[in-house]
Formats: sequence, structure tokens, C-alpha cells
Amino acid sequence: MREKILYGVGLIAGLYLVRNLYQILLVLPDEVDQGAIYRILLFHVPAWITCFTAYFLAGAASVMYLIKKNLNYDTFCVAAVEVGLAFTLIGLATGSIWARIIWGIWWTWDARLTWALITCIIYSGYLMLRHAVDDPTARAKNSAVLCIFSYASVIITYKSIDWWRTQHPGAVLSIRTGGGRMDPAMESILFQNAVALLMLAAVMVAVRMRQEETQREVESLRRYAHAAA
Amino acid sequence: MDSRNFTYMFYGLGAAWLILALYVLTLVSRESRLRRELDSVKRMLEDRERAAKA
Repeated sequence: MREKILYGVGLIAGLYLVRNLYQILLVLPDEVDQGAIYRILLFHVPAWITCFTAYFLAGAASVMYLIKKNLNYDTFCVAAVEVGLAFTLIGLATGSIWARIIWGIWWTWDARLTWALITCIIYSGYLMLRHAVDDPTARAKNSAVLCIFSYASVIITYKSIDWWRTQHPGAVLSIRTGGGRMDPAMESILFQNAVALLMLAAVMVAVRMRQEETQREVESLRRYAHAAA
Repeated sequence: MDSRNFTYMFYGLGAAWLILALYVLTLVSRESRLRRELDSVKRMLEDRERAAKA
């Protein structure tokens, strides 16, 4: 039953994404200054919204793990970080391709881009740390602490356009600016795409959590087998 | 309109979908590997129990 719901939500998210892609490519007009390339941003921004949400939830789950010592929080945390990292890579790749046309360069070391890359590296390090510790309880405790501290990097990435002068554009979404910086039709599709990606990410997190539970079962059976031998 | 605009727009959207597809494929392959591992460990334990009884 749980599996059917999971795949049902995944299917709805996939269809929603395809519908959004149709709107982005065939319904929305070109932007006056940027032409067709601005359409990338309708995936770029939702990808960052999705990964920041995943990292926030992972941080919250880490705090809960340290309080409750329940390994289910650790399972959620690793799943959310891994899925968040996939969306971080989408954000970095799409941003770089957009920059190639708009700025004439693939990359620049401005505060927003640099912190985005640091965030990506820190969360990759989190996943690597988990492979380095064998004991499940020590692994969960160490990675929960790292995950909480890592969230500082997400906050800095998010606020960097306010704190420093960056080549990266400033805030354009109406929830941050009060409106007037982006066409409402374009912004509407952007948020719809964010909803579709969040739904897809939720399914991926659920699948990844199940895999982590299976992995833990395999490890505990192996330990039992070694102890019994 | 600059035609590079369209080309790079498709590169961008293609990159986004490619990364998503690669991650989904990673999840699928990990799922089947874990099932195989779980089955083999369970089988090994059952064999041991049977051998211990015999």
C-alpha cells in the first residue's frame, strides 16, 4: 500500500514536471533582455528551493536524532542530504550554463557561487564521513553534528546576495522583494515547478530511506553471522 | 534572437533532466544490489542453521 502511494506521488510529480516543461517551452514568451535562456532559471531556482528544503529538514532531523537517539531520524537525514545534493548539482549546472550566455563565462568566484560550491562540497563530505564510520550509533551521532553545522553554509549561501555585492543577480521572487521584479506568469510557473520538484524529492527521500533501512538490516545480519561464526 | 540562446537553453534543461535521470538510475541499481545482498546474507544464515542442526 505504502509502495503504491509512493509510486503514485512519483507519477503525479513526473506528469506535473512534463506539463510544466510544456508551459516553459511552448506557452511562456521570451524574456525581453535574456531571450530564451531565462527558461533555465525556471528549473535553476526550483532546484535550489528543493535542495535548501532538503538540507533544512536534514538539519532538523539531526537535532531530533541527538535528542531522541532514534535511528529513523538518521535514516531520514542521510536520505534528505543525498537527494538535496542531487538538486544542488542541478542548481550548479543550470546556473553555470545560464551564466555562459548572460555573463559570457561559465563560472566566477563571487560570494554566491563560491558558497554554493562550498555547500555542495560540505554535504558531499557528510556522505563520505558516513562511509568512514562502521558503528551505526557513532556514525549517526557524528554525522548529525556535522549536518547541523553544515546548515550554516546553506544560510550563508542563501543570504550572500544580501550580505555582499555579487555578480549573481539579487532577489527577484515576490516573497522576498514584494513583487515587481518578475513577470507573474513566469513566477507562477517557477513556483509550480518547485512544487513538482519537491514532490519528486519527497518520493526519492522515501525510496532512499527504505534503502538505508535495508542496508542497516544487511549490516546487522552480517554482524550476527560473524559473531555466531 | 541569438541562436546560441536556444542551444544553451536546451543544454541547461538537458543537464537538469540528465542529473535527475542519473540519480534515479543510481537509486534503482542500489535497490537491486541491496536486495541481492540481503537475500545472500539470509541464505547464508539459513544454511548455517541447517548445518548446525544436522
